[in-house]
Amino acid sequence: MKILVCIKQVPDMESRFKPAASGVWYDESDLAWRMNEYDEYAVEQAVQLREQLGEGCELTVLSIGPDRVGEAIKKALAMGCDRGVHVQDDAAATKDPWQIAGIIAAYAKDQGYDFIFTGMQSQDRGSAQVGVTVAEDLGYACATTLVGFAFADGTVTARRELEGGIKGIVKLTTPALVTCQLGLNIPRYPTLPNIMKAKKKEIQAIAVAELLKEEALAATVSFHPPAKKGGGIVLEGEMGTLVDQLMGILKEKTTVLR
Amino acid sequence: MKTLLIGEYREGKLLDSSYELFGFAGQLGAETTMLVVGSESQLPAFDGKLYLADVASCGEYNPDLHKQLILDTIQKENPDYVVFLHSSYGWDLAPRVAAKLKVAQVSEVIGLADGGFEVGCCNAKMRRTVKPSTARAVITIQAGAFPVTPLGGSPSVEKISATVTSNVSFAGYEPAEAKDVDLTRAEVIVTAGRGIGKKENVEVIAALAKALGGELGASRPVVDAGWVEHSHQVGTTGQTVSPKLYIACGVSGAIQHLAGMKKSDFIVAINKDKDAPIGEVADVLVVADVLQFVPALTAKL
Repeated sequence: MKILVCIKQVPDMESRFKPAASGVWYDESDLAWRMNEYDEYAVEQAVQLREQLGEGCELTVLSIGPDRVGEAIKKALAMGCDRGVHVQDDAAATKDPWQIAGIIAAYAKDQGYDFIFTGMQSQDRGSAQVGVTVAEDLGYACATTLVGFAFADGTVTARRELEGGIKGIVKLTTPALVTCQLGLNIPRYPTLPNIMKAKKKEIQAIAVAELLKEEALAATVSFHPPAKKGGGIVLEGEMGTLVDQLMGILKEKTTVLR
Repeated sequence: MKTLLIGEYREGKLLDSSYELFGFAGQLGAETTMLVVGSESQLPAFDGKLYLADVASCGEYNPDLHKQLILDTIQKENPDYVVFLHSSYGWDLAPRVAAKLKVAQVSEVIGLADGGFEVGCCNAKMRRTVKPSTARAVITIQAGAFPVTPLGGSPSVEKISATVTSNVSFAGYEPAEAKDVDLTRAEVIVTAGRGIGKKENVEVIAALAKALGGELGASRPVVDAGWVEHSHQVGTTGQTVSPKLYIACGVSGAIQHLAGMKKSDFIVAINKDKDAPIGEVADVLVVADVLQFVPALTAKL
């Protein structure tokens, strides 16, 4: 059995984002990078499946981007992936979801993966399109927003998270692609021995030009902060003063303090 | 300009949020046609063309079949935009349709912008304006971003059907966990977010809730981490609340959380990140360390 998990490296979301000179994406300087949170659940689920299937199963992690994404690939290898694929692309951030999906599908199409895992969306772009589009390109069964995954007797049983806490139970036959929601599992922390072992694992580098065949279907024309709605009061300063200020406002504006 | 709106049914009922699609089309100034996989006893109320596939035979979740129904209808209607809700149904189905048509998809649109569509990014802290490069485009709209527009009337129905083979099958719904805490009745809710750092600090937030005679709420990451039980979760996949006072402690303000609490009468956010999106809905944003500020506030009550 062969498993592929696709991950993205994104900035820490507590960062201050400012537009890059291009005006269509964020400035990448002074950002701390990490694995997209949804993808951590995807990697964990893929590793659990790899453990379930045992010997003879191979789990590959793929990421697209500049050199820095090697760190995210190494983390996934330390979590238990067998080998890495780094699609080298310094301009990945300028590509639309259709192109990103096309790159992944072009890589995966002759590899015979039984399972592909992705996060349900990225934290920075948030389109929630890439996974499903890859499945469409490859003709794989697909379900999104998983909070439960089980594989037995050739069938995937997926629990999809719906609105209001309801779940939808879906059965898929392989080959299948699933997109993972937060809370699907508890992603493991790589242990030191596994981090050391991961250093010896292969990371295959592929130039994006070998895989990119598609033109973009949509363009970002502006990246900007939200328009300030106004009205809200912002309190900053010394702790004791802040508490008194808030108490004053709550007494004046609400009826809950008696 | 012409739109094909894709309405939604859940457990046999037409979802009210389907009317938000008309709100979007109205802002766009577009003609509307709707497609639903639903039932004749629960038709959306509008005067216009409705393509209706029978939910009893098609199923509420059957993406390959629903995709085919939509593709067939696009052939007939030739719409400029095919519009879904950005919901568990819409984000699952929309990319399948867009990929098959090889047209642009713009996800989770929150507004119209000069030359394109406004969408959130970077955990809702920033915005992008996205412009489709294809003549036709698939759009998903964010829940609550466009007004529910009840038009009234009754549509002229054209029944549709399709046959496909699929390697995805629906096996039923699993009900939401029983809620031992009814946050919808609480007058005060104090919510713990990821910013509290660790499970042990839930006590600090719970103490403030108690001092105010309110209930403890929790954001999704806090529930996912197992710090607080799901019955306390506020947001799209938890409870939707509107207390007199809502205090968000270390909650960044993901869209799904905001959708569950933004109708509260008065909202206080305590966060060390001045740019956190929770600030967009807060009446008061206190820029401070939650673990210092909250105990100090509790002590004054």
